[in-house]
Amino acid sequence: MIPVFLKEINAFFASLIGYVVIGTFLVIMGLLMWVFPEFSIPDGNYASLDTLFGIAPMVFMFLIPAVTMRSLAEEKQTGTIELLVTRPVTDWQIVGGKFMAAFVLVVIALLPTWLYYFSVWQLGAPQGNIDFGGTLGSFAGLLFLAGAFVSIGIFASSLTNNQIVAFVLATFLCFFVYLAFDYLSRLPIFFGKTDDIIQSMGIDYHYNSISRGSLDTRDIVYFLSVIAFFFAATLLSLGKRKW
Amino acid sequence: MGLSVFSVSVKVSELVKTYESQRAVDGISFEARKGEVLGFLGPNGAGKTTTMKIITGYLPPTEGRVEVCGFDVTADSMAARARIGYLPEHNPLYREMYVREYLTFTAGLHKVAKVAARVDEMVERTGLVSHRHKQIGELSKGYRQRVGLAQAMLHNPDVLILDEPTSGLDPNQIVEIRQLIKDLGKEKTVILSTHILGEVEAVCDHAIIINKGRLVADAPIQRLKEQFVGQSIVTVEFAEKTNAQQLSGIRSVKSVESAGDRRWKLSSDASQDIRADVFSFAVRNQLTLLELHKEVFSVEDVFQQLTR
Repeated sequence: MIPVFLKEINAFFASLIGYVVIGTFLVIMGLLMWVFPEFSIPDGNYASLDTLFGIAPMVFMFLIPAVTMRSLAEEKQTGTIELLVTRPVTDWQIVGGKFMAAFVLVVIALLPTWLYYFSVWQLGAPQGNIDFGGTLGSFAGLLFLAGAFVSIGIFASSLTNNQIVAFVLATFLCFFVYLAFDYLSRLPIFFGKTDDIIQSMGIDYHYNSISRGSLDTRDIVYFLSVIAFFFAATLLSLGKRKW
Repeated sequence: MGLSVFSVSVKVSELVKTYESQRAVDGISFEARKGEVLGFLGPNGAGKTTTMKIITGYLPPTEGRVEVCGFDVTADSMAARARIGYLPEHNPLYREMYVREYLTFTAGLHKVAKVAARVDEMVERTGLVSHRHKQIGELSKGYRQRVGLAQAMLHNPDVLILDEPTSGLDPNQIVEIRQLIKDLGKEKTVILSTHILGEVEAVCDHAIIINKGRLVADAPIQRLKEQFVGQSIVTVEFAEKTNAQQLSGIRSVKSVESAGDRRWKLSSDASQDIRADVFSFAVRNQLTLLELHKEVFSVEDVFQQLTR
C-alpha cells in the first residue's frame, strides 16, 4: 500500500494537481469568509466558523472528484492498470494507497484553515469567545465527509476509463449522498412516515450532527460505512475482469 | 527424470477462456522450461494475448489451470505473481514519471531489497543510463521499450512474459532488444509473443503456434520447419536436357516439377535426403550437375500452412 500511496502523492505534487487543489480551496474559502459581504465573518458579527463548515462541503463536492477522477480511470485508459494488478499486491492495497493519497491531499488543504480559528479567536468579544469543542467537532465532521467523498470519487473513477465521466459521476454521487436524501425526505409522500429514515441516509444529517460538537458513535459508524461501502464497490468494480 | 520436471517453470493445462459465446482460448496445453525462449505465434486474434493475460493472473481462466514455478496462478496468485515479469502489449507506462522514479516504485511493489542498487543495475543493463533522469513521456519508443523490459526484469523473476516486445522499434533497436531477450533466455524462462516470424527464428528455441484459440504446433524451431512442411524439395539444374519421367525414376522422389529450362524441383518426404541419389543419377546418366540444393523452409511457410 505504501508504494502506491507514495507514487500518488508524488503525482499530485509533481504535477499541478496538488497545488491547484490546495490553492483553489484556500482562495475560495478565504474570499467567502473574509471578503464577500453576505457570507463573511466580519459582516456576520458572530465569532464562529459556521461559514467555513457550511461552504467547505460544497467546494469539496467539486474539488474532490477533480482529485480522484484520474486515480483509476487514467490507469485504465493507459493500460498501466494491467501491470499494477499483476504485481504481488492485492487490489485492496492498490485502492487503499490511492484513497490515502487523495485523503492526505485534502487534509493538507484543510490544515491552513486552522488559521481562521485563531483569527476568529482574536476577533471574538471578549477575545477567545469561540466554541472550541464545536469547531473541533466540525473539523472532524469535515474530515469524515472528505473521506466519504474520496471513496465515492475513487469508485466513480473505477467505473470508466474516461476522466471527465469519472468527474461528473463523482460530483453527482457526492451531491446525491450529501444532499439529495435530505431534500427527498421533504417530499409530501414521506411526511410523517419514513422522512426521518430517509433523511438519516444522507451525509448532511450526520455532518450537522457531528458539527454540533457531539461526537456520536452513530455518526461515526455512518461515515465509516459510507467509506467502506464505496471502497468495497471499487474493489468489486476493479475485480470485474475476473467475473 | 526429476530434473526435467523441476525445470518446467510454466505449465499450462487444458486452458479455456470464453468471452460471452466466443471461445478465445480453446483447450491449450503447453510447457515452458527454464533456459528457453518460447515463441508464441499466431495470427491476430488467435488468443496469444489472452493466454498471456491468464498466465500473468490478469484474467482468470474459464477452465483449465496454469502453474508458474509450481504455483497455481489462481489459487496461489501472489506467489505466482512474484515470480513473473510482465511486459504487456503496447507497453503501458506512467508518462509523467521519471525513469528511476518508476523503477523505484516498481521495486517497492515487489519488495525488492537494496532498491537503489538494483534499479541502477537494471538501468545499466537495459542501456538507459543516459536517460535515467528523464520523464518516461519524453523518451522515444525504443527507450520506453527498454523501460518496459527493465520493470519486467527488476525483481529478478524466473519467468518473463513479453507480449510483442519489439513492435514499433527500428531495426537497430530490434537487434538490441532481441539480444537482450536471448541473454535473458539463458537463465530464465521467456515466453514471447510476436507476429514477426523472423523474430522467432532469431530468438526462440521453441515455438508454439496457435490458431483460433487452438494449439496447432508445439516443437523446437528446427523440427517445426521440417516436420510441419511435410516434404523436402531439392532444386537441380543440369547442363543437358533431361525429362521428368527419367527424373521420377530416382529413388524416393515423389513428384517432379519443371522450374524452367533444364531446372527441376524434386520433392520427397521430409525425412529423406535425396541429394546423394540425384548425384548418382547424374553420374549414371552422364549428366552435368550445375546446381543441387535443398530448399530451406522458413517459419513463414510453416505458419501459413498451419494457420490458413
